[in-house]
Amino acid sequence: MDLDLNQYIDVFVEEAKEHLQSMNEALLDLEKDNTNSSLINEIFRVAHTLKGMSGTMGFTHMANLTHEMENVLDGVRSNNITLDEDIIDIIFECFDALDYSVNAIATEGKEDEDDHKDLIHKLQMTLDNDKVEQSDIHSCHDENNNNDNDVLDEYVINVIKEANSKGLTAFKINITLSPKCMLKSARSFIVFNTLESMGDIIYSNPSAEDIEDEKFDLSFSLIIVTKLEEKELASALDRISEIDNIEITTIDAAGILENEQNINEKTHKDEKKLVSAPENHSKTDNRSRDSKVGKTVRVDIDRLDNLMNLVSELIIIKTRMDDLSETSNIENMAEAIEYLERITTSLHDAVMKVRMVPIERVFNRFPRMVRDLSKELNKEISLQMSGEDTEVDRTVIDEIGDPLIHIIRNSIDHGIETPKERIKRGKSEEGTVILKAYPDGNNVVIEVVDDGGGIDFNKVKVKAIEKGIITAEEGDILSQEEIIPLLFMPGFSTSDEVSDISGRGVGLDVVKSKIESINGSIEIDSEMGKGTRFIIRIPLTLAIIQALLVKLGDEIFAIPLSSITEITSITNDNIRDIQGQEIFLYRGKTIPIVRLNEIMKVESANEIDEHVVVVVRKGERQAGLLVDNLLGQQEIVIKPLGKYLSNIKYLSGATILGNGSISLILDVNSLI
Amino acid sequence: MSTEIENKYVIFKLCKEYYGIPIDNVLSIEKTGQATRIPNAPNYVKGVINLRGEVVPVINLRKKLGMESDDSYKNSRIVVVSINEIVVGLMVDSSSEVLEIDKENIDKPPANGDNQFIEYISGIGKTSDRLIILLNLTKILEY
Repeated sequence: MDLDLNQYIDVFVEEAKEHLQSMNEALLDLEKDNTNSSLINEIFRVAHTLKGMSGTMGFTHMANLTHEMENVLDGVRSNNITLDEDIIDIIFECFDALDYSVNAIATEGKEDEDDHKDLIHKLQMTLDNDKVEQSDIHSCHDENNNNDNDVLDEYVINVIKEANSKGLTAFKINITLSPKCMLKSARSFIVFNTLESMGDIIYSNPSAEDIEDEKFDLSFSLIIVTKLEEKELASALDRISEIDNIEITTIDAAGILENEQNINEKTHKDEKKLVSAPENHSKTDNRSRDSKVGKTVRVDIDRLDNLMNLVSELIIIKTRMDDLSETSNIENMAEAIEYLERITTSLHDAVMKVRMVPIERVFNRFPRMVRDLSKELNKEISLQMSGEDTEVDRTVIDEIGDPLIHIIRNSIDHGIETPKERIKRGKSEEGTVILKAYPDGNNVVIEVVDDGGGIDFNKVKVKAIEKGIITAEEGDILSQEEIIPLLFMPGFSTSDEVSDISGRGVGLDVVKSKIESINGSIEIDSEMGKGTRFIIRIPLTLAIIQALLVKLGDEIFAIPLSSITEITSITNDNIRDIQGQEIFLYRGKTIPIVRLNEIMKVESANEIDEHVVVVVRKGERQAGLLVDNLLGQQEIVIKPLGKYLSNIKYLSGATILGNGSISLILDVNSLI
Repeated sequence: MSTEIENKYVIFKLCKEYYGIPIDNVLSIEKTGQATRIPNAPNYVKGVINLRGEVVPVINLRKKLGMESDDSYKNSRIVVVSINEIVVGLMVDSSSEVLEIDKENIDKPPANGDNQFIEYISGIGKTSDRLIILLNLTKILEY
């Protein structure tokens, strides 16, 4: 039987995720302060809401699990169960299971196979231990069998409210089949079908699946939202045979609340507490959510991309008009173009801002992760986060999560010492990991700082020699700064024992390439015994950048302005050749020279004495790019070269110039 | 509907022979324009062109298939194809028509012959007056 609930799946997933997030936060707080009853209430409320939501959608595994959670939490609330670490751990496990289920529903559109038997068993064990078995099994019994007194949850009420506001009416229909009815599920299927043609069925008791499996006696009830009248429903249902009794009642959301309260009083005492308490919560909750509703709109990312593309086109045409105005002499043209430029710039900013989301989205999963890791490793760690409201582009958010997880794991696994060791070293028992984000010009900086043992550079050196990355002779002359890049070499891990947490062979090299794939950079700063600092720099936006256009022969190339530190000129006398590597001395530093025309296979101009050098930077390292000519600075729209050319070296993309021709964007990172 | 499209091929000329690719892989046929050279790319990559705001790589099909090419033909066309999320323009001598070739009129590629060219061929199509070499796009666009 297919109740058409698919259209609600998106809403379900979104809402469930929000609820789970608040459950997660409450759980983490609860762990620190396990006497706080308002936190328990909050978790209870979420479990209850989720139970209702998933029950309505027919996700029975989720509903069963949340139901058991409710029982345990209720026991905690009424002081029948003492809240200890084990219980919190179990609830965390439940949270994970729910999170997994919701994600499965989001991708598959249906619930996964796992019916969480183990967890449910664990939860029931907790109840047994605390000898509240009796009352709870009783209440459970109550709930499963009360066909008449079905308790409507927030979700259904919300749907009804919304329907009412659209001028639709919600009817509750109780159907009793004739005892002679042979195929009860088939008969009820006809009922569902008939009703579905007239409106949306938003709720049924028992659930649609149970009805399908004939897991009901003779009667069932459902709620339908329709624009039709009661009479029309009645006459349609009358035409179906083998039905003994049809009861149709109109419901409005306000009525339900009252009704629900009444029903609750009638049922079990525990049950009453159970429902009325969250009810109060939900009201306040609704109010706070209402205030948010006016300010945010969920927009499909594709639509934003489309908008972004249009802005890109606008910028291209603006540049083109710039070119035209230089060649033609029409008066006021320059002025008009200046105006156009102002508008496109603000439009660009506005669109970019729409795409920005707070980095909190990535950060909020870390408290839980740190908690789990510190338990697993028997280390005491406090995570301090700041700058969660720093905003970055949506695409960056999606990419930055995995590298950060990896770095934080590294810090906790390899960085922070065991409590014993820490005391020996005169540090506080508890290690600290600081995660902070802040904007810096056109970049966002994310720092992961730990006060652990720091990187043992000698160990790194030895390891690198062992793995054949460098030779022993090379190792002797390496400075600390030169050792750091070794950490980013593929297959490098300094930890002596490979643990489950990090050091599985996928190392910092993956982190680095991921960050570089979004045009970011990563640096490490470490002091033996004091700790390590990872500094990640990512661009605010990915699609439009400022670039310097340079000429090599007849061809025009673009260099992202963000990686340029200086532009200067040198003569042949300034260039020294040291063992095949050309360098020049600039501001007291030796900078290697990259002859772009050789790398880009451009016929170089006649031997000239003076060269233009664009000094570029990647982290601490610099290089001087020799170019033939500078054309000027321009805002460019980055276009990918496409999958076919994704392996081409030294290029990160292309851009379309004002005259319609294509110029290639140099990948500075690979040139240094 | 789908069966109708399946046996339609876009036919073009390279040297003296006629070649075909399935029509549902073809996005458009363009006149050649200014292409920007891609440094360090294989020699058969002519460069990238601006196709209505998108950057599309162009392959010189003559070079890719090991034929002689001097890069400039008056009637040259670019057949823009898409397969496995790869969008590429194929530079051909001239593009003439769309032909319907039934499955029963397609022979397997000759089994003998050791040159690399053979693996780019998915079959030989027979029409009333000529033979059409049907190309295996996936193979050709393997990098």
